[in-house]
Parts: sequence; C-alpha cells; structure tokens
Amino acid sequence: MRTGDYRASYAQDEALFVTPVQRAWLLALIVGLAAFPWAAGSYLTYIAVLLGIHVISATGLNIMTGYTGLISLGHAAFMGVGCYAVAYAANAGVPFWIALPLGGLASAAIGLVVGIPSLRIKGLYFAIATLAAQFVLGFVFREWEPVTGGVRGVNLPAPSLFGLAIEGDRAVYYIVVPAAVAMLVAARNLFRTRVGRAFIAIRDRDISAEVLGISLLRYKLTAFAIGSFYAGVAGGLWGYFFRAATPEAFSLGLSVFYLAAIIVGGLGSILGGILGAAFMTMVPEALRAIVAWIAPWYPPATVLLSPMREIVFGALIVGFLVFEPHGLAEMWRRVRRFFHLWPFKT
Amino acid sequence: MNILEVERLSLSFGGIRALDDVSLVAPQGAITAVIGPNGAGKTSLFNAISGFYRPERGAIRFEGRDIGRVPASRRAGLGLARTFQNVSLFRGMTVLDNIKLGGHSGLRAGALSAMWYLGRAREEEMRLRAEIEREVIDFLEIDHIRGLSIGALAYGLQKRVELARALAMRPKVLLLDEPVAGMNREETEDMARFILDIQEERGITVMLVEHDMGLVMDISNHVVVLNFGRVIASGTPAEVRASPQVIEAYLGAKAARKARHEA
Repeated sequence: MRTGDYRASYAQDEALFVTPVQRAWLLALIVGLAAFPWAAGSYLTYIAVLLGIHVISATGLNIMTGYTGLISLGHAAFMGVGCYAVAYAANAGVPFWIALPLGGLASAAIGLVVGIPSLRIKGLYFAIATLAAQFVLGFVFREWEPVTGGVRGVNLPAPSLFGLAIEGDRAVYYIVVPAAVAMLVAARNLFRTRVGRAFIAIRDRDISAEVLGISLLRYKLTAFAIGSFYAGVAGGLWGYFFRAATPEAFSLGLSVFYLAAIIVGGLGSILGGILGAAFMTMVPEALRAIVAWIAPWYPPATVLLSPMREIVFGALIVGFLVFEPHGLAEMWRRVRRFFHLWPFKT
Repeated sequence: MNILEVERLSLSFGGIRALDDVSLVAPQGAITAVIGPNGAGKTSLFNAISGFYRPERGAIRFEGRDIGRVPASRRAGLGLARTFQNVSLFRGMTVLDNIKLGGHSGLRAGALSAMWYLGRAREEEMRLRAEIEREVIDFLEIDHIRGLSIGALAYGLQKRVELARALAMRPKVLLLDEPVAGMNREETEDMARFILDIQEERGITVMLVEHDMGLVMDISNHVVVLNFGRVIASGTPAEVRASPQVIEAYLGAKAARKARHEA
C-alpha cells in the first residue's frame, strides 16, 4: 500500500519514474529485455522481434488516431513506404542506422501529403481518404517495378555494424528492441509537452483548441508525420527482419490489425499501444499453443479447433470492447490502484 | 483608451441578421457586460471577436489594429482569451494539463525537442508549471483538484478550471461567455470575486456575456444591451437599468409604459 505522496517539487511531480520501487522495476525491465534472447528460445525471440515491430507501428497509429483523433486505415501502407525505402537504401549500400531513419522520413513525407485533406474532412470521411491512400500505395508497391520489384518484391541484405553482419533473430532483436524502447520514450515525452497536449486538444474539441492558439492544420500534419515516421521505421525493421519487402505484407488487413491493437489496448495511451500490440500478436500464438497441447489427448483437436482459434480470437476482441471499452491500459491502471490501496477496498 | 473596439459589425446566417451594425468598445482595464434576451446575438458577437465567424461588414480592432482577417488560432498570441457558454474543457486530460494548454502560445518547443524532452522542452515546461501554480492555481483556489480528470468535477468547478485555462493564456482581454450560468449562489459569488480580482489586481480587461442581472449590475463598469442583433442601449449599469428600451426588450412594451409612469 502507498502511504502518501512524497513529491516535494514540481520537477518531481512531472517526472515519469519517481519512487525507488519504480526505478528498480525499470532497471529490472531493462535487464530483462537485454537478457531475454539468451534466456528464451528461438521461437520466443522471433515473437519478441515481431512484437517490437508491432509495438512501434501501433504506437505511431496511436499518436495519430488515439491521441489526435485522425482515424487512419492506411497505416500498413505507410509501413510499406518505410520498408521499400529502407530496402532501396540498403541495396544501395546505406548502413542500417541511416537507412532506418530515412525510411521513417520517406514515410513521414508521404504521410504529410495524405494528411493535408485532414483540415477539410474529418472523422470517418478522413478515414476513407486514408483508405484510398492504402489502395493507391498498394498499387504503387505492385506496379513500380524498377524500385519495388513488383509482386515479387525486393530482398534486403543483412544489416551490418562495423563490418559484422547482423544475422538471425537474436541479432535483429538487439536492433528492434532498443529502437522500440527509444521510440516509446520519445512518444511518452511528446505527451508531457505542449505539442502532445495540442494533439489531445484537437481530438477532444478542435474549436476551443483554436481559441488557445493551436493551429489545427499544423498540428494535425505534425501528428500525421510523426505517426507515419513510426510506421516507416517499423516497416524498415520489418524489412530487415524478413529480409524482403513484398506488397502483400502491407495490406489493408495489417492496417486493421493495428487499429484493433490500439482499440483493444487503449486509445490515447502509450501503454495501450504496447498492450494492444502484445494482445494481437500473442493471443493467436497462445491459442495455437493450446490447440497443440490438447491434440495428443484429443486427436481431432487440430481439425476441429484450428478454425475455432479465429472465432475465439474474434470473440476475445469483442469481449474486450464490451467489458473494457477503455482497453487493456485501463485494466492495468485498475490493477495497480488495487495494489496501491490494498488492504483497503478501492 | 479602448483596447477592444467593434465598429459597425454586421453578420448574417442565411438571411437572419445575427448582428446588425453593432458598435461597442471595451475600455482598458474595465469590465464591460453584454446583455440581451436570448438570441440577441451576444454569443455571435463573441464568436466574431474570437475569429470563428467572418463578419460581412465592420471592423474589430484590438489595440488599435484591425484583427478581422487574423485567423482564430493567432488571436490567442495577441492576448485575446475566452471561455465558452457550455464548458469546453478537454475531457481526456487532467485539470493541470487543461490549464497548461492555456500556455500553449507562450511556449516554443517543437515536436523534435518535445520528444527528446531533456533540455529546452523540459525547462520550458517546468517554467510553465511553476508559473501556473503560482499565478493561476493558487489564485483560483483549485490546487486540490489539479490531478483530477475533468469528468470528475462538479459543474461550478469545471467553469472555474475553464477560467484558469483562459488566465494561463496571460490575456490582455478576457471574454467570458456566461461565466456563472447554472451556478448556485455561492459559486456565483466566488466567480464574481475572481472576475473582480482579475480586473483589479491584474488589470485585465474583461468583457462578459451574462444573464444573471445581479452579477452584471454589481461588477460591470459598462453595460451594452443587444436585442435582435442591434445595440439598443449602453452606459453605466444604472443608466441601462433605467432605459425604457431595455425594459421593453426584457419585459415587453406594457411594462415599459408602467415603468415610465412610475418614474
């Protein structure tokens, strides 16, 4: 139980991690993340890398949709832009630590163009404009063969650092996870300052945001550029992970995947993006593991239960929306409050 | 000197004249009240001054400069702040973050330095926090609720937080649209005291729209009466109260005749 609030200065009140306990947890988390690929097997490392990429991309979408209220159905296409840009740069011999930000910037530039109509069209209408971007970009991925390699896509060389090739899931893990951590911290910081507050103000009530001196066009475009930058970096990491950029990877289905992730996780919450991406990545894997585990006792399980997986997954999503509309992040906050107040009732 | 001048302003919505040749001034450092029956055009006037409506004719001058073409979001930086008739706080944020938004145009950090945070963005945010605590939160006595979310607050407190956000803008002119609507007497008295303090201690010019005649007559230096989009009277509270046109607008022609007989 917490016994009080011992913060004695505004700087302490504004800090993210205040108490020694919080700092200890943070340290444990960092050590845990660093040691993870050695403790866990190759399968779990693979899942962890995939999760890291999804977390970055979902956080980008959360900045656009969850915080600023600009619904995007084209997030996967922005990832694709980043992935192809990184593939192009990597094949031209650009090292990965330059290629990744370049991929992000390429995606942000395209995002700016797509975001321009957001001043005139809002809500669902804007969502349809981003849907159009998804299809147009998908078409470009398939047809602009000299750059994108058409339907076959392009391959990427392994990233290398000081002449050493970074190959295998474990090595890629050490690029993806630090990138994800850095980008999460950056996103969290953003919402401690005027820029992040302006985003939320636009989402909640754009008219009074204007009275406070917030230029709607400027901040909507900034949100879109940042969100697309995150998608572009995630796409670039995706390219380095799978060593290929193919058009079907960045389909509408993936855009919807990210929307589902931030809704299940919690719109307008950095933690929500993480939890949502984890839910969307790991629940199907967990269900598959459960089916595989039941199979020896009940042989028809594989035939019967495999299709059930999709249904259970869908039902879980619907269940979360009904019983916890503010997402997993809100659930986490409730659990925390319970332990802070325990043994008193919340 | 008049810090805010509205000159021959006309505004219509599809054939309905919301404002018709309206001229009024807000003298520096005074409290000016705009009153009138429902639909008289008071809120339309405020919306024109804040830049939401583009008037067909007329000028709005702020410190002698015509701001008719300045976009709404730029008027905050000039020193024009307002509150809304229906509380327009951001419900997804805490009280403190809402108030901090008032400081938006006074800060400079861009997206990149915000994401890095350490350095200029942090320094700027800390300065804003200290300033808000000292000049707004202590002043309006809302230190006990600064960490709460807006939805958890009673209506009267929400109105006070909205005033706090407007004050955090360090305005020269504060437009208050029905600051005490829906408040009980105690909350109204608190608000009246705050408005007077804002004017007297900080020298901020206040212009308010209000239906609570007790409040208007008590605290304003000048009163302007609108009816059907036109100014029908203006002057000190006592002058306005005695004006036959005003009595007629509020109570009808019969009451006006009766008042004239009694006078």
